[in-house]
Amino acid sequence: MNIVVMLKQTFDTEARITLDEKGKINREGVSLIINPYDEFAVEEGLRVKEKSKGEVTVVSVGEAQVQEALRQALAMGADKAILVSPGGMEVDEYVTATILARVIGSLQYDLILAGWRAIDDGSAQVAARVAEILGLPMVNMVTRLEVGEGSVLATREIEGGNEVVEVPLPAVVTAQKGLNEPRYPTMRGIMQAKKKPMQKMTLQDLGLDAGQVVPKVRAVKYYLPPPRKPGRIIPGEAAEAASALVRALREEAKII
Amino acid sequence: MPGGIWVYAEQKDGKLKKVTLELLSAARKIADEQKEELCAVLAGRDVAGLAGTLGEYGADKVYLLQSDALENYTTDGYTSAVTALVREHQPSVFLLGYTVLGRDLAAHVAQRLDTGLFTDCVDVRLEDGQLVFKRPIYAGKAFFEGVCPEARPVMATVRPNVLPVNPPQAGRTAQVIEVSPQPGSIRQIIRDVVRQVSTRPELTEADIIVSGGRGMKGPENFRLLEELADVLGAAVGASRAAVDAGWAPHSMQVGQTGKTVSPTLYIACGISGAIQHLAGMGSSKYIVAINKDPEANIFKVADYGIVGDLFEVVPLLIQEFKKLKEQG
Ligand SMILES: Cc1cc2nc3c(=O)[nH]c(=O)nc-3n(C[C@H](O)[C@H](O)[C@H](O)COP(=O)(O)OP(=O)(O)OC[C@H]3O[C@@H](n4cnc5c(N)ncnc54)[C@H](O)[C@@H]3O)c2cc1C
Ligand SMILES: Cc1cc2nc3c(=O)[nH]c(=O)nc-3n(C[C@H](O)[C@H](O)[C@H](O)COP(=O)(O)OP(=O)(O)OC[C@H]3O[C@@H](n4cnc5c(N)ncnc54)[C@H](O)[C@@H]3O)c2cc1C
Repeated sequence: MNIVVMLKQTFDTEARITLDEKGKINREGVSLIINPYDEFAVEEGLRVKEKSKGEVTVVSVGEAQVQEALRQALAMGADKAILVSPGGMEVDEYVTATILARVIGSLQYDLILAGWRAIDDGSAQVAARVAEILGLPMVNMVTRLEVGEGSVLATREIEGGNEVVEVPLPAVVTAQKGLNEPRYPTMRGIMQAKKKPMQKMTLQDLGLDAGQVVPKVRAVKYYLPPPRKPGRIIPGEAAEAASALVRALREEAKII
Repeated sequence: MPGGIWVYAEQKDGKLKKVTLELLSAARKIADEQKEELCAVLAGRDVAGLAGTLGEYGADKVYLLQSDALENYTTDGYTSAVTALVREHQPSVFLLGYTVLGRDLAAHVAQRLDTGLFTDCVDVRLEDGQLVFKRPIYAGKAFFEGVCPEARPVMATVRPNVLPVNPPQAGRTAQVIEVSPQPGSIRQIIRDVVRQVSTRPELTEADIIVSGGRGMKGPENFRLLEELADVLGAAVGASRAAVDAGWAPHSMQVGQTGKTVSPTLYIACGISGAIQHLAGMGSSKYIVAINKDPEANIFKVADYGIVGDLFEVVPLLIQEFKKLKEQG
């Protein structure tokens, strides 16, 4: 079973967001992590591989610093990594998916794993777009995966419950929290990762010309939210404070 | 003639989701300004009865897609049926709710139509004849505004509970157009559906949320929050610490790796206010915090705070709200 995992490097959840002089999100000096949902996807890929042989390939679209995240996936146990640099070009979700589908389309795969959403830009659409381009069935927000002969049985989160969905392979499956507990790389894993293949590609290498990677959407502006106006602590003993709070919600906020 | 402003009318168990009404209200304004008609897409097995409500809330037309194959949502079935309808009528705008169903459907349809999609929008406005979509990014730590200059329809999913709902106009009706859906071959086979029966509102749609964190000290104490929630008609949420401890299921987690909620009132009990938690509830209209640590970060975002032991304060609040309810 050959598995491809789409991995995005994202800002650390603690990161403070500022804008650069061009009014875009400032990426300088921000610590970066593997998108947490993609970490679940890597872990799941490794578990499937451990049961059924084959290889796990991690692919990413991004600039040179993404190698760090890919190395971490290799240290967890993935076999090889591919990084496509868009060369400083504007990439929206459509373009990102176009590039990813082109890379993945050139590989051998039975199962494609991704996160259901990136925690930064978080459009929750790249995996679906890739599935459509490759003509593959998809199951979104999966919390449990059983891989069978030629199909997978996936438990996915729906509103107010869960459903179990079967799809034929090859398929795209996106990970939701709860799917697994990702492993930490071992010392040995980290050493081995240094020798594993990390292929770097450009859009030209993929045979994508400028006309195929034109974004569908355009940014008008980025800005920071106004700070929340400071609130107040309601003083007094518990009983006093509780009744004052209820009064404030009714009379000031007028919401109860 | 342009094909109109479209809204996906999401329903569950024969009831329209609240976000559908929010979408209709926002789209009505766009349709009037653009002088286009407002059309709702209603899909399912036995859903014709909902068309009346869609008319009262502003739809001019309802495209009714009914078939046994659409009884349950499947990515393939709904994507094919909805894409075929869009191809036929070529709307200029297509809005859906940012829900489990809406975001899956929107992403697949957008790619089949080769168009742009804005996810989880909190505002849509017309500026110089162009629609501008606003969405929080980086877990609400920044905002993005964007346009889709050429591709049509321009698509967006909208965050539930943010946009206002216009009052319904009794007697206003929409023209209902029955379409025989083309769900195509569906590769997702649903083997089982497990529903948690809950009498409380869905977290992302709730007007009021009562949420508990590590300060709850154990799963049994969530009973206390449920009691408060039931007095208020609220939903119950949790921090990741409470979820990771196994006191609450992940479906209740609020935050960067949980649900994003925008209730009118969010009551945080025994939650410290970590940045990842704030990411999920920072856009609540009012935040109340109950925490025994006066330095807790949650007080920096709370409109009202009580420094105290939640096991003392919450029962008192239940009493107070009950009293209020009895007074009517
Ligand atoms: C107008 C516009 C301009 C933009 N310009 C830039 C820019 O100049 N530079 C820039 O860095 N970003 C830019 N972005 C953001 C960029 O488009 C997104 O980061 C990217 O498309 C991924 O989308 P997402 O983060 O929303 O992923 P989601 O759809 O939320 O991700 C879902 C899953 O898809 C997979 N995935 C997503 N992205 C990647 C990836 N890059 N590699 C591998 N797997 C992935 C992961 O498994 C992830 O969990 C721009 C966005 C817009 C809308
Ligand atoms: C990648 C990543 C993603 C994350 N995603 C999320 C997420 O989606 N959602 C989320 O919530 N967190 C998330 N976190 C975790 C987050 O960083 C915090 O660890 C978590 O929110 C803490 O939960 P808490 O406030 O319940 O617990 P704590 O921080 O331990 O706070 C407990 C609070 O309870 C108070 N308290 C204790 N006893 C009482 C009492 N008797 N009465 C009143 N107050 C009392 C204490 O003073 C304290 O402030 C994420 C972290 C990471 C790294």
